[in-house]
Amino acid sequence: MKDINNLDEIRKIIGRHKRWDLMFMIAGIIALMIAVLTFIALFAQMVIDGMPRLTWSFFTSFPSRHPEMAGILSAWVGTTLVMLVTAASAVPLGIASGVYLEEYAPKNWFTEIIEINVTNLAGVPSIIYGLLALGLFVYQLSLGQSILAAGLALALLILPVVIVATREAIRSIPVTIREGAYALGATKWQTVSDHLLPYSAAGILTGVIIGLARAIGETAPIITIGALTFIAFLPPSPVAEEFPYVSFEWLSAPFTVMPIQMFNWVSRPEEAFQLNAAAAGLVLVVMTLAMNGLAIYLRYRMRKNIKW
Amino acid sequence: MLTNAEQSAEPIKYKSEVKGLSFYYDAFNALKNINMVLHDKKITALIGPSGCGKSTFLRCFNRMHDLYPGNRYEGQIMLYPDDVNILSPDVDPIEVRMRISMVFQKPNPFPKSIYENVAYGLRVRGVKQRAILDERVETALRNAALWDEVKDRLHELAFNLSGGQQQRLCIARALATDPEILLFDEPTSALDPIATASIEELIADLKSKVTILIVTHNMQQAARVSDYTAYMYLGELIEFDVTDTIFIKPKNKQTEDYITGRFG
Amino acid sequence: MAAQSHKKNNHPGKLGFSFRRRLHERVIESLLFMAALLSVAIMLAIITMLVKESYVFFQHVSLWEFLTDTQWTPLFDDAHYGIMPLVAGTVVSSMVALLVALPLGTIIAIYLSEFAPFAVREIAKPFLEMLGGVPTVVYGYFALLFVTPLLQIIFPELPGFSLLSAGLVMGIMIIPYVSSMTEDAMRAVPMHLREGSYAMGATRFQTAIRVVMPAAFSGIAAAYILGISRAVGETMVVAIAAGMQPNLTLNPMEPAATITAYIVQVSLGDLPHGSIGYQTIFAAGLTLLLITLVFNIIGHMLRKRYREIY
Repeated sequence: MKDINNLDEIRKIIGRHKRWDLMFMIAGIIALMIAVLTFIALFAQMVIDGMPRLTWSFFTSFPSRHPEMAGILSAWVGTTLVMLVTAASAVPLGIASGVYLEEYAPKNWFTEIIEINVTNLAGVPSIIYGLLALGLFVYQLSLGQSILAAGLALALLILPVVIVATREAIRSIPVTIREGAYALGATKWQTVSDHLLPYSAAGILTGVIIGLARAIGETAPIITIGALTFIAFLPPSPVAEEFPYVSFEWLSAPFTVMPIQMFNWVSRPEEAFQLNAAAAGLVLVVMTLAMNGLAIYLRYRMRKNIKW
Repeated sequence: MLTNAEQSAEPIKYKSEVKGLSFYYDAFNALKNINMVLHDKKITALIGPSGCGKSTFLRCFNRMHDLYPGNRYEGQIMLYPDDVNILSPDVDPIEVRMRISMVFQKPNPFPKSIYENVAYGLRVRGVKQRAILDERVETALRNAALWDEVKDRLHELAFNLSGGQQQRLCIARALATDPEILLFDEPTSALDPIATASIEELIADLKSKVTILIVTHNMQQAARVSDYTAYMYLGELIEFDVTDTIFIKPKNKQTEDYITGRFG
Repeated sequence: MAAQSHKKNNHPGKLGFSFRRRLHERVIESLLFMAALLSVAIMLAIITMLVKESYVFFQHVSLWEFLTDTQWTPLFDDAHYGIMPLVAGTVVSSMVALLVALPLGTIIAIYLSEFAPFAVREIAKPFLEMLGGVPTVVYGYFALLFVTPLLQIIFPELPGFSLLSAGLVMGIMIIPYVSSMTEDAMRAVPMHLREGSYAMGATRFQTAIRVVMPAAFSGIAAAYILGISRAVGETMVVAIAAGMQPNLTLNPMEPAATITAYIVQVSLGDLPHGSIGYQTIFAAGLTLLLITLVFNIIGHMLRKRYREIY
């Protein structure tokens, strides 16, 4: 039998394996660097092109045929309002559905279908949600190409994110907490609303922020519902002069949002508009990065503070 | 550096000698100045209450602590007949692990076939010839008393084996590379009594081939299988002697209390 | 008030059911159940909507023509309805993207999970997550105005729109999805399996390739499938940087429209509801959904078959 424990042989082999280890480690660092450098290039390109355009009037002007006069007022107002609709519909529905699946759902085939379905929904391309919104909201329900239709379309899109975040946050609460509540005579809903939801709030919030950050940057579904790209007016104000002082007219108003405005400018051949696109992109990236950063920070804090 | 063991033909008394070994997890001093020996081709058992550092001690022998940051050794573990300190920074932990194998508390077969599990150590050394692999795998499985049970399904996934079979597979995996020392970390704590008996029998049989160090918190097991026993408490070696002495007339009061169940 | 109720509680009387409490609980449970049901409703609505409009489309255009015609010109006078050019564009741009994202994402995952020191991992993970959060329209801008000019230095004949440039940027964009899911799957492999390998004298690389990756197979497969669905369904990068002209080609150096880019192009115009042009985007959408569905099913089967057993 060949001696497999010959030390010289073993040393040669170990030496070779260690070289592989080292080579792989270098490959890993290079791969990571490619991602990092791309991001730096992307950011730098936008800063160089867009920074000079980022003046106060850029935020307070409507889009215009003259690139140097154009701004993102209608876009950021539109984005804010659409996000309001999205958050108001996706957050309660997503949390309710997450709570049901985690705490109430019986273990049967139907629950399994719902669970598989949530996973599948997360994998559906965003533009398909746009087609659904176009057919269902815009035409079937006659909501038109409105803030409401866009907000609901994005709500459907981020629903799986909120559901999954809720489930994970609730699942991480130890069973002893539930048993403690039940032992004091609490009903299931009391256990959920008094204990599980408050204790998982930070986790759910993290998921909601990540979902909204994704929705803010989504362009395709909004293009699909046929949102106009040249909007030089603001939707009606949600605050009314007379009783009841709130108005929901803005929900049915036409609108534009940040990514659409950017897309519009990118697709113009004139270079001056592309500088506007860079400026709008910079605002958009800073917004989404800030939101993602907030979510990451929240999760980090949570991991530090909670030790069940 | 390690030297070639084959050079010295003379029989050795000690396979290994631990000299003033201390071990730290960051600031925590887990092992305090341990001195003992491993007799060649004998079974040495480490006993003591949980948290006494016996597993930590065992894992020094194949430098498993090197895998995690913040761990620090002091002192020496000499390996004979090479006469080198395996804790020395000049010694490659990978080389140490190729010569000193380990069997874990919970059976941990890889997600591979039975055959590939046993062949793993050989593959890691770059052995590719089918004939050598086949022969070594069969020998190892025979030595681990598993051959007859698995010879017809060598290419099935190892997870399909029972717990006791999985643990014997892990022993076969450790044996396939002809280690000089075999470390057992509570190898039967996850097994039922029948599987435990077969593993104990196997360990006793292996004594003729390899030096064995076994951690157990089952005192009867130590008494049944080992030649030497070391009692540890709070990171210190309290008493080390021939197993019969430890169990019949220990010199130390603490050892006696633990053995007779008056501990704690 | 408090004293009164306290007094009452001292004499609770006979044990029994509170029907009001039971009703209350049942109502809440039903509401939650309806919310959970919504996800099924959405899926059904998507399928119904796409199938319904596509059905009308296929009244005009035979399935045979749809699958075999080599031109896609539904908005021209000489209309052709062959999906092939759009599928080709989707396949080529996705291939380019996956050739970037899968190897790099996997290498990063292995590096972070098995090699990187704690500090590197703690910085790299959130960074990658942020990278994944950048809006796709921004990546499109980057592909068109940074990567394409850069590539034109190397390949002077590269046109202003190309599948190559869009695919490369898409690939970089997908890296975080692949790497973070792959890494999660690898880190879920219990330490005792790794220790078993290290105890045999294996190096980190050997342990990663021979033990950890096979053990994490189903999670890694899921990550790859997600990467593929992302690439196939990605819209803005290709719409901006690959052009919107249907072009039956397998050459990444050419401009071509993908399925998603076509939907964008039609949506930008003013097509009347109910026209054949309107229906084409639903037929295209159905094709896209079927492609992603096939990958999801493959992923599901892989996961079922190679469920992790530690």
